Amino acid sequence: MSAPMGITDVLSRHKTKWWEWMGVLAALATPIVFSSHAMMVNEIAVTALFAVALDLILGYSGIVSLGHAAFFGWGAYSAGLFAKHVHNDPLMGLLFSVISSGFIGLACSFTVLRGSDLTRLMVTLGVSLIGFELANRLSDLTGGADGLQGVLMGPVLGVFEFDLSGQVACTYSVGIVLLVMILLRRLVHSPFGASLMAIRDNRLRAMAVGLSVSKSLVVIYCISAAVAGLSGALLAQTTAFASLDVFSFERSADVMLMLVIGGVGWLYGGVLGAIVFKLIQDQLSSLTPQYWMFWIGLLLVVLVLVGRERLLNPFKGWRSR
Amino acid sequence: MLTLLFDGVAYGMLLFVLAVGLSITLGLMNFINLAHGSFAMLGGYAMVILFKHLSLPFLLCLPLVFIVVALAGALLERLLYRQLYQRPHLDQVLFSIGLAFMSVAAVDYLMGSSQQNLVLPEWLQGRGEWGEGAWSFGFGYYRLFIIGVCTLLTLVLQLILSKTRFGSQLRASVDDPTVAAGLGIPVNRVFLLTFAVGSGLAGLGGALGAEILSIEPLFPLKYMIYFLIVVAVGGTSSITGPLLAAVFLGVADVFGKYYIPKLGGFVVYVLMIAILLWRPQGLFSRGGKS
Repeated sequence: MSAPMGITDVLSRHKTKWWEWMGVLAALATPIVFSSHAMMVNEIAVTALFAVALDLILGYSGIVSLGHAAFFGWGAYSAGLFAKHVHNDPLMGLLFSVISSGFIGLACSFTVLRGSDLTRLMVTLGVSLIGFELANRLSDLTGGADGLQGVLMGPVLGVFEFDLSGQVACTYSVGIVLLVMILLRRLVHSPFGASLMAIRDNRLRAMAVGLSVSKSLVVIYCISAAVAGLSGALLAQTTAFASLDVFSFERSADVMLMLVIGGVGWLYGGVLGAIVFKLIQDQLSSLTPQYWMFWIGLLLVVLVLVGRERLLNPFKGWRSR
Repeated sequence: MLTLLFDGVAYGMLLFVLAVGLSITLGLMNFINLAHGSFAMLGGYAMVILFKHLSLPFLLCLPLVFIVVALAGALLERLLYRQLYQRPHLDQVLFSIGLAFMSVAAVDYLMGSSQQNLVLPEWLQGRGEWGEGAWSFGFGYYRLFIIGVCTLLTLVLQLILSKTRFGSQLRASVDDPTVAAGLGIPVNRVFLLTFAVGSGLAGLGGALGAEILSIEPLFPLKYMIYFLIVVAVGGTSSITGPLLAAVFLGVADVFGKYYIPKLGGFVVYVLMIAILLWRPQGLFSRGGKS
């Protein structure tokens, strides 16, 4: 932000803009308009939410994490197992996943408070690898490398049965994502959100003006973990399946790429990035399924060399550099 | 028991040679290079081509591989890496992941996705045996060879870093590039050379490890975490730290996989997190600022 911001600027950012209303309408319309691609829309909605979760810690708090798939995976498996062994109501499962992911996030949050960027990278990566190993080894419970099968979801709200075409699944996901986005929008525009950005920009100064840095970081890490868990749970519920790749390193890397495409530190960056990424992936992998990774890599390299601020986020660079 | 220990040490030494280049770029130049494993993979494949397909002598292949990978490293440093030294860590992470992904797919395209096997020359095959009963100590000749080569490399590196003019130039350039440049040290060239040697060593490690570690397209991603562990746990202030960490990791990994195979890499990851929580700057660092 180049010019110093006055209090009016901070407040005016909070007002809902006209294009945000359009966005909500567009999101609500997608399950109907793209009904033939319902599963695709569903996947985009889920990954978008995951990207937004990462943005909360990466973009808003400046914590570089390579292992956010840990929470996504936890959410997916916990939702699947909950449906299988406890109760098959989707919303209850969702609640369970969110709360448990939040607690795991709480446990992990203390690990990211210490050390340098490298330590954080390592620890977050380590946590997701542990998740991967656990899901792989506890094959009695999780199905190991075959994935968690035999998840039967009950109808949403007791009325809407999940159907084969994915219409209901898609509407369900989009609805939940929209709801969470509205809540998160409130969050990042609140004084708490502002204090996070202050911590990101200058930790020492934030401490000096009396913000409790550690506490804020722990809280946002929990929230981010919970949202990531929620998106994982949505994926497991709507596809009635959870496989090891929810924990994989590629998933963490992909979501980072989406975020960077859309713009870091901007609530809708993750959503935009997820849409663009999934569409490119759909196109490119139908051309060369095996070498899709090469194109992601190229995209990343070019993106960094060109400057990631300039790509898709025309509204505002998140740093004056 | 002793055999396992021996294997673990050999594995650890190998990891050290693979990771020492990373410890230099990361520790001294403060650049997070997740594509380091790609250089090791390049070394492994170069070895396969030189030794298996062109059937050059084994001992000639090793220096050749080193040179090839070092040149590749130098080229990439000059073209790409140099622009990123001053960028935030997020950029470096994204860039190097991208590079690693590209190398994975490119190798898959060029060499096929299957694992490459390397048949060792005869004088390195087979194993010796000492003692008997519970304390018998078997050792593969190849593992002995690896330990020998790696020890030699470590000593040479240590000498170069601490005793030569180049070593002091490097340390000066890292501490303060501006002042070093002002004193007439060619900072860019020092970094270029360091990066090249670091990647060359990774390539050499890949070549040496072609028989033990499996050389396949996914190599960079599979072993990335191990390299990072060596560097992060060993700290970056010296060369002995990563060495001890690598040997420790190698032994822990071999023992873990032998005694509790069900847990797999689990032990190593948990240990790593515990150590990093206890000492975020690494076990053997001089500690202090974060």
